Amino acid sequence: MSAYALQEADTEVMAAAKPETEPLIAARNVNVFYGDKQALFDICLDVPEKQVTSLIGPSGCGKTTFLRCLNRMNDLIDICRVTGDITIGGKNIYDPDVDVVALRAQVGMVFQKPNPFPKSIFENVAYGLRINGLVDSKGELKDAVERALTQAGLIDEVHDRLEAPGTSLSGGQQQRLCIARAIAVEPKVILMDEPCSALDPIATARIEELIDSLREKFTIIIVTHSMQQAARVSQQTAFFHLGYLVEYGATDTIFTAPSDERTESYITGRIG
Amino acid sequence: MDQEHIVKSFDQDLNQIESLIIEMGGLVEAQITDAATALKRRDVELGGKVISGDKRIDALESDIDQAVVRILAQRQPMAQDLRAVVVAPKIASNLERIGDYAKNIAKRTSVLAKTEPIGSSAGTIKRMCALVQDMVKDVLNAYVSRNAETADDVRMRDEEVDQMHNTLFRELLTYMMEDPRAISPCMHLLFIAKNVERMGDHTTSIAEQVHYMVSGEIFDEERPKSDTTSTTFIEPDAAE
Repeated sequence: MSAYALQEADTEVMAAAKPETEPLIAARNVNVFYGDKQALFDICLDVPEKQVTSLIGPSGCGKTTFLRCLNRMNDLIDICRVTGDITIGGKNIYDPDVDVVALRAQVGMVFQKPNPFPKSIFENVAYGLRINGLVDSKGELKDAVERALTQAGLIDEVHDRLEAPGTSLSGGQQQRLCIARAIAVEPKVILMDEPCSALDPIATARIEELIDSLREKFTIIIVTHSMQQAARVSQQTAFFHLGYLVEYGATDTIFTAPSDERTESYITGRIG
Repeated sequence: MDQEHIVKSFDQDLNQIESLIIEMGGLVEAQITDAATALKRRDVELGGKVISGDKRIDALESDIDQAVVRILAQRQPMAQDLRAVVVAPKIASNLERIGDYAKNIAKRTSVLAKTEPIGSSAGTIKRMCALVQDMVKDVLNAYVSRNAETADDVRMRDEEVDQMHNTLFRELLTYMMEDPRAISPCMHLLFIAKNVERMGDHTTSIAEQVHYMVSGEIFDEERPKSDTTSTTFIEPDAAE
């Protein structure tokens, strides 16, 4: 398939999705290479504001690679090269004048395995507020930390032990602490890379409930291997396969009547 | 899609539902034919066989419902699998209703067998039944072969059943006006005609389910309906 044909095909995939509001994030012809190996091919994807967008697809399909493009985490890998445009709120995040640290405060990330800092619960959340200079006084810092812990649904469980180490919490609590840490700096976007894969069903349900309440304030993009989770938490779903964006559209449609046979094969658990 | 699931037993579960629907549909087809034949031949014994045969159809509906609940709980089906699973109890429910109507025809047959035949009405009903039975057969073929076009075609054929019902309705009203002794058998025949007309409606509903299962699209346009009996009035003078 020629590059032109690919671009056409991707534009079609995107046109089918038709987000109703102006997209917050717009990816255009994004290609990613790890050395000689191309991991993503001409990805065009619009992410609507204050909605949950899930990225699904088999291992190695490029969904995590795409997620990591959105806060330039791929910059950390020497052999990784990204071409194309990604704009967030109209600003191209790959422009040379972009401050990557400030970008990552705007586009927070939650990982597969909870990774609290080896510090107290309070300090885990306070850290980002301090280094980004977002608070002027101790009182303000305390309020901001408590607000973030409240939004993350963790405050009732930790209010009497804020000085305990973050690592003393259960897995699910640690993940919510990481979410509190990400939202404390009031980002526009939260990226979640399989945030529940290390959690039990109850802790997973709590995170999903949290995702649902967070979309009032934040735009969330979640990579998940659980189709049921994508169906439960997201409004938009993008299916990646072998580095291509195969299908993107309303979650309701993708899981009841997908239009591409590859999507169908994948979500119904057939070989494909 | 002919591809198999990675989990083979999922295919078995889906095949089981399909087999149950096919078995149920086959029985319903036979019930329609037998009920019509019993009526035409005034065969009370065959009518009795139709009445007792309905139990197996009811049991199959229950089997399908249980299989669907189990598959939803165990497999959380998606996309075409999800559609195949959710339409199954609806199709089964429609088939069960058609079976009930056939049984009701058989019940009325034992009354009608004791009275004089009314014109050619039993023959007309048998032809109506043959039409509906054909529709049921074709819609089941469409279900098995995942063919939306065949299903759409069945949906459009109900109009013919409606028109036969209209004709029969007028004919039977006229008989009743001519001779009050004909009222009792004519009323039974009217109900039978109505039963067959409803069977046609349930068959079109199955066709719509098959269409959805195959294409993922829900019909938004009304199908053509020709049943005018609700507004039919015959002046008493016209019968003379």
